[in-house]
Amino acid sequence: MTEPVAQVVAAAGTEAYGRIVAALIRVTGDWTLAEDCAQEALATALERWPKDGVPTNPGGWLMTVARNRALDVLRRASVERRKLAQLAALAEPEGAAQPEDTGHPGGLGQEEVADDRLRLIFTCCHPALPLEARVALTLRTICGVATADIARAFLVSESTMTRRLTRAKSKIADARIPYRVPSGRALDERLPGVLAVLYLLFTHGYNPDGEPAFADEAIRLARLLVRLMHGQPEVASLLALFLFQHSRRDARRDRDGNLITLDKQDRGRWDHAAIADGLTVLATVNADGPYALQARIAACHATAASPGATDWTAIAHWYDELVRIQPSPVIQLNRAVAHGFAHGPTAGLTLLAEARAGGALDDYPPAIAAEADLTARSGDRDRAAALFRDAAAIAHGEPERRALLDRAAELT
Amino acid sequence: MKYLMFVCTDPEPDTDKANEPDIDEWVRENDSSGRRLQGNALAPTSTATTVRVREGRLLVSDGPFAETKEVIVGFDLLECADLDEAIEVARTHPMARAGRLELRPFAND
Repeated sequence: MTEPVAQVVAAAGTEAYGRIVAALIRVTGDWTLAEDCAQEALATALERWPKDGVPTNPGGWLMTVARNRALDVLRRASVERRKLAQLAALAEPEGAAQPEDTGHPGGLGQEEVADDRLRLIFTCCHPALPLEARVALTLRTICGVATADIARAFLVSESTMTRRLTRAKSKIADARIPYRVPSGRALDERLPGVLAVLYLLFTHGYNPDGEPAFADEAIRLARLLVRLMHGQPEVASLLALFLFQHSRRDARRDRDGNLITLDKQDRGRWDHAAIADGLTVLATVNADGPYALQARIAACHATAASPGATDWTAIAHWYDELVRIQPSPVIQLNRAVAHGFAHGPTAGLTLLAEARAGGALDDYPPAIAAEADLTARSGDRDRAAALFRDAAAIAHGEPERRALLDRAAELT
Repeated sequence: MKYLMFVCTDPEPDTDKANEPDIDEWVRENDSSGRRLQGNALAPTSTATTVRVREGRLLVSDGPFAETKEVIVGFDLLECADLDEAIEVARTHPMARAGRLELRPFAND
């Protein structure tokens, strides 16, 4: 009995945690109190549900228990006027439901709760907070990830991470960072920052030494944002991009953990349900922001039955658009590679020379490897082999170095 | 919430000189809305004097307390509902482009 209930509590907690914390922060303004009460509600559920049975609305039950706990704490500390006002906001209305059947606890109705989580996300991702704190705060308060787990993922001690979170929460209070979703021009300015935090969270889950659960959290948050902010094409695009990249999670490493490049992956091991999901989400997007363009490129790869069937003409076109709005050397490099496949190695080499003109890619092995590959396909095998050896000389890991030397050997 | 806004120079000012805001207009607008309580430009750092007391002895010296490229050239005292409102006030100040602004909340407001 205990084991399944623990799972039910964990599942209900995943769903309800951010909702509870967000609602309690709105009413009390106290981040630590909100987190503590949400944690205590989960602990209470672990203790009570095995005996009393799982309530029909686990999320509502947790919300009520957390709110009552907050009420207790505030009552005991209600010497200040401000706390009394919070008490009034938390107090149950006449005839309010009991924990067993609450769907809409007093003052914390479902619609407001949805907005609360959005407020919380925008506050956690406020540009006045340092970037690393934004990511950590999002994981802690919205996803309910334990401080120790966040610390481990970011390679710092738990006490360092605790300090970082405490400093961020103090700044929110002391500098009075508002608990609000910005509107108008401010929303347009702030949304990319929120999406950047989600993207960082996702890549942290996706990287070889990252924490895989963070990728799932990023997808969950992106889904939530899509639901709460429909009509924002970049939000839907980011979710689609996540789904396409995530669909390859089981195919992109060999048994030893080495990365397998896209063209050599077993496409049967891609998660085709995730790809279909991504395509459905992307179909709702009719704008061409940076995430939309990246999602369209990822969709071209995800829907190709084999590397040879890849629609490189479309990919080259989307990269042209992407370079126009985000002219970074790495995007220029990817564009050159796409043109090399779509329009031949000469076209690729011309664009690659442009990408490398600024010198930013001089020490970037993939840029030299790309030049080597295009040179090989244009027929100059000796020069291509020499370039592969150059790339190998500055490669970061042993497997990458070996793969590049193998390519050089194939050409001589 | 009161914010002291330090108006500072910056080694890399904005190169875009189009639609530069006018400081007099900025002062007028924020004075009338009640968001600017007071403020002033400061005389150059060459006029600055640093005062310290160490072991009971008064030490007076010439110049600012730190030699930096970013110099405080003025200040404004703002009264805003929250940081987002203060940021909106700061963004329309001419020195947001020509220099930089630092918003510091009062510790006890």
